[in-house]
Amino acid sequence: MKKFILDLRVQAVERLSERHILLKLTHQNTLSEMLPGQFVEVRVDGSPNTFLRRPISINYIDREHNELWLLVAMVGDGTRQLGRLQVGDKLNCVLPLGNGFTLPENPSERLLLVGGGVGLAPMLCLGAHLASMGCQPVFLLGGRTKNDVLELDIFKRYGRVCVTTEDGSLGEQGFVTNHSVLKEPFDRIYTCGPTPMMKAVARYARENGIGCEVSLENLMACGLGACLCCVEKTVDGNLCVCKDGPVFNIQRLLW
Amino acid sequence: MSNLQVNIGALALKNPVMTASGTFGYGLEFQDFMPLDGLGGIIVKGTTLKPREGNDYPRMAETASGMLNCVGLQNKGVDYFCEHIYPQIKDIDTNMIVNVSGSSPEDYAECAARIDALERIPAIELNISCPNVKDGGMAFGVTCAGAESVVRAVRERYHKTLIVKLSPNVTNIADIARVCEAQGADSVSLINTLMGMAVDIEHRRPLLSIGTGGLSGSCVKPVALRMVWQVAKAVKIPVVGLGGISTATDAIEFLMAGATAIEIGTANFLDPAVTIKVRDGIDQWLERHGCKDIHEIIGCLG
Repeated sequence: MKKFILDLRVQAVERLSERHILLKLTHQNTLSEMLPGQFVEVRVDGSPNTFLRRPISINYIDREHNELWLLVAMVGDGTRQLGRLQVGDKLNCVLPLGNGFTLPENPSERLLLVGGGVGLAPMLCLGAHLASMGCQPVFLLGGRTKNDVLELDIFKRYGRVCVTTEDGSLGEQGFVTNHSVLKEPFDRIYTCGPTPMMKAVARYARENGIGCEVSLENLMACGLGACLCCVEKTVDGNLCVCKDGPVFNIQRLLW
Repeated sequence: MSNLQVNIGALALKNPVMTASGTFGYGLEFQDFMPLDGLGGIIVKGTTLKPREGNDYPRMAETASGMLNCVGLQNKGVDYFCEHIYPQIKDIDTNMIVNVSGSSPEDYAECAARIDALERIPAIELNISCPNVKDGGMAFGVTCAGAESVVRAVRERYHKTLIVKLSPNVTNIADIARVCEAQGADSVSLINTLMGMAVDIEHRRPLLSIGTGGLSGSCVKPVALRMVWQVAKAVKIPVVGLGGISTATDAIEFLMAGATAIEIGTANFLDPAVTIKVRDGIDQWLERHGCKDIHEIIGCLG
């Protein structure tokens, strides 16, 4: 899949919580093909302490409006600077990067999509794609409080949504792996979120013999498989999360 | 259009812009963004006689205007390179140069000899300056005796253009350059990364898995430029300059300081098409200043 360096135009900046913004980006040309699970390397201008690009997963592709959505958690200088973007600003992006999730062969497969924190971002893109294939994905979204469970209304367009929060302010109280939906049978699980959560989901999948893919977020520099900084240990040795991932089948990981 | 062609020993470069090893993969990773044949050369990932897994994650830390890395020469070994990678890159119309590393002079020489047999690889860059491996690498590049032993061993078995990449982590880099010249190197390239570190104060531990790493990016440019200037005055062989170059202005500074060619490294991460922009920027500068040939500015500082 061909990669591009593009100056995307900021169409909207939506504040989803104290720490999260949703950037809706567009371009004069039709945005290229992108797969659920792929990511974008954005250049952060005007932040002296930010040297490298920031990898951000694709949250949603709105073909009708030719928009690419990026959900940004403002955790450091670079991402906080992205929070200062305004409508009409340009954002330089390298995209699409990485491999993407493996899609089911049969739309009747029972699919569970587990997202935690800002890791729910790629689950929306994936869920929308699965729904367009005729699948009926079930979303399981977890956060510390209800303020971390974002874009609920949009998730609901594409499937059943289950929620857990650690403080019980929304959905069932606890972690995603405690949710009652896990009593139901699933054929395939996709997950993205904090590493401890993904490891717990991977353990659940393994114990129940369910195929599972996780999306990793190791620190990156190039995003293209050139610098070998973001490696993850796998059964095939050290692999680049940016190029060989970010999506890995748990059978390839040493978790 | 001015004449941009330069020579490194017997090697003719269509322009002085090359890519630094370890920052440009095998070139293929960047072909969507720019025409690879627009470059003077592509120096591919460090290659060793035997495969290496490299260091543990985390291998990278961002710094003010730069980054630290401790990748540690992860590569699949020279035989894998010859069998699987060489066929994919041999028809790229530029100088495809292999960066060679090792843990003993014999290692280096054997690896170089295998690459000598590859028709479309006209040169190697000998890495005696990697700060991130325990055995070999920088160990050879920080003493005159070490540099001498490796360059001599490789020169006996490698017959094409030999560039030796120098470490800045030394007392006098010109002394090391002179030794390489005396042992038959066709060129020296400098600088490799500066050894540094960064600390995670919340967890009270280094940010990099092995504690230290190599610093690169814009922040190292003044140091690299100074060393290129010193080395260019100390040796007669051509010098290849690198360290923090991200614009045509940076590149021209190195050329004026005495570099015959330059390499762009970390800047490729910020803009995957930067190398072509630097090439075009050099050309435009020459034109604007009425220079017909790039040699009018190479070493003009004296």
